[in-house]
Amino acid sequence: MLTAQTMTAKKPLDAALRRDLSFAVQEFNADYAETLDRGDIEAWPSYFTEDGIYRLIARDNADSSLPLSLMSCEGMGMLKDRAYAIAHTEMFAPRYVQHQISPARVTDFDGEIITAQANYVILETLVDEPTRLLQCGKYRDKFLMQGDRLLIKERNCIYDTVLVPTCIVYPP
Amino acid sequence: MTNTCRFNDAAEAHAAPDVSDLVWPNDPAEIPDWIYTDQRIYDLEQARIFQGRTWNYIALDCELPNPGDYIRSYIGATPIIVARDKDGKVHAFENRCAHRGAEFCKSYRGNTKQFICPYHQWTYDLSGALASVPFRRGVKGVGGMPADFKLEDHHLRSLNVTTRHGVVFASFRDDIESFEDYLGPDMLDQFDTVFDGRPLKLLGVHRNVMPGNWKLYQENLKDPYHATLLHTYLTTFGLFVAGNKTMIMTDPKGRHSTLCNARPQGRPENDQTKSEIRSFHAAMQLADPRVIQLIPEKDSPWTSNAITIWPNLILLRQTNILGARQIVPMGPNQFMLIWTTFGFADDDTAMEQHRLRQNNIFGPGGFIGIDDNEAIKFVQDGVMRSIPRHGVAPLGKDVEGPEVVITDRAIRSMYRHYREEMGL
Ligand code: FES
Ligand SMILES: [Fe+2]
Repeated sequence: MLTAQTMTAKKPLDAALRRDLSFAVQEFNADYAETLDRGDIEAWPSYFTEDGIYRLIARDNADSSLPLSLMSCEGMGMLKDRAYAIAHTEMFAPRYVQHQISPARVTDFDGEIITAQANYVILETLVDEPTRLLQCGKYRDKFLMQGDRLLIKERNCIYDTVLVPTCIVYPP
Repeated sequence: MTNTCRFNDAAEAHAAPDVSDLVWPNDPAEIPDWIYTDQRIYDLEQARIFQGRTWNYIALDCELPNPGDYIRSYIGATPIIVARDKDGKVHAFENRCAHRGAEFCKSYRGNTKQFICPYHQWTYDLSGALASVPFRRGVKGVGGMPADFKLEDHHLRSLNVTTRHGVVFASFRDDIESFEDYLGPDMLDQFDTVFDGRPLKLLGVHRNVMPGNWKLYQENLKDPYHATLLHTYLTTFGLFVAGNKTMIMTDPKGRHSTLCNARPQGRPENDQTKSEIRSFHAAMQLADPRVIQLIPEKDSPWTSNAITIWPNLILLRQTNILGARQIVPMGPNQFMLIWTTFGFADDDTAMEQHRLRQNNIFGPGGFIGIDDNEAIKFVQDGVMRSIPRHGVAPLGKDVEGPEVVITDRAIRSMYRHYREEMGL
């Protein structure tokens, strides 16, 4: 049963604050997308906190509470290793990727951590091939507010496109 | 009710396509492009290989731990359902309604008491036996099923199912040797290295579609030549370098194979074989080496085993990663790959986290999974778009022993067997 106390504990965010936070997340996502779309994978870890977590999860695994990720990084070391592998050790055909990220939806803010989500679509273009849909999914995020800067504390990318076309090189 | 309705030699039901214009080259090192691109060859493969006397991987026991659990799966290109009945027995049957042919099960996995086709609600039990049909006597005695309609004539077509150490295989044929004989003693020994009978725990599944012929994936795992050349991640971080203790062997028929590798403790030393490999950086270290850390858990001289079981399974044990990759052909030019990843039921949380972390290496977003998926697309692009001819697999000699690994021997032996099974 909902008591008066639990109701006040879940007070909705002040509307003006929520707009400001949404705007901050949107700017962050625009920069994040620009870095990846430009192919600057080695700058990607700089969007995370030292202990930042990144996971790319098929929606059917998420729905079945299966813990496997297509990519997973726990902390800066693994983020940098993933970036290094893509930049220097993996073999793949050259490609353009382009993120389309929906307006962010902020669901919580505790004074330090912003909880937000946004939908994303990634289009991929290979040489002499028509552009195709690589992924559509949802970011489920926790951002750390550091001064006027946001950093990802946790980004879970849950993708609907369960049947992956060939492979996913750059992290969504 | 028990479902004993089989496919009745589906392979023989269709006239075999005429492929007399396709002539295999004389040189045993040559492999013709048309096996990767020709629709008739693809159709013949479905009939003679996947619907023939082969054991096809369809599921892991741990994907259906409880009565009523089921998954969607495939045998060859044919969609099937694998389900556990209330007595705990695993059944496999076609995902095609016996009425108008609807592929009625559209969930990856679930739990149910029965399968109801949504179109006209024909209802099947967990063995695929038809349990009821609506309006059997029509309405007010008018319409409905003919008087001689028997439920038991309309069960879902079922498959011959066998299980070893938690791995479920199926065959269209009842007149087939046991799974153990199908593998032979050496491959069985390898199989048991990955699956030692301990209960497994499902960690998750990846699916991807590959723009390539399904056989290219079998070839890829029978090809030790590429391992140290394509997979720069392996060599850069010392998981697999030329000069490691390695072997590749096949069963006597040449259809299954295993590629084993023993990774040295610590970092590999520089030796002269590495001058061939541009990517070996003696100084490179991972910022977070947990991803490749080997936690000893098997009494095996090998740190990785890549086992191919003809025609549709790759079993991979690499460091602490355990996985089954199921090949699902989807026409001559593409296939689906289902990567089922697991650990052991008695893993503690730390071990499970370790396996999950390590799985960054494989899958369609994996450090080396990406390399193979891309390379296979490159080959298919080449054979589809250029002037048809024969590729070559000339490395090594057929008489050489398992310790010779810069070789195409296992690819050649697979195609010797393939030609026999296909009558080519
Ligand atoms: S097609 Fe399944 S009940 Fe009619
Ligand atoms: Fe490979």
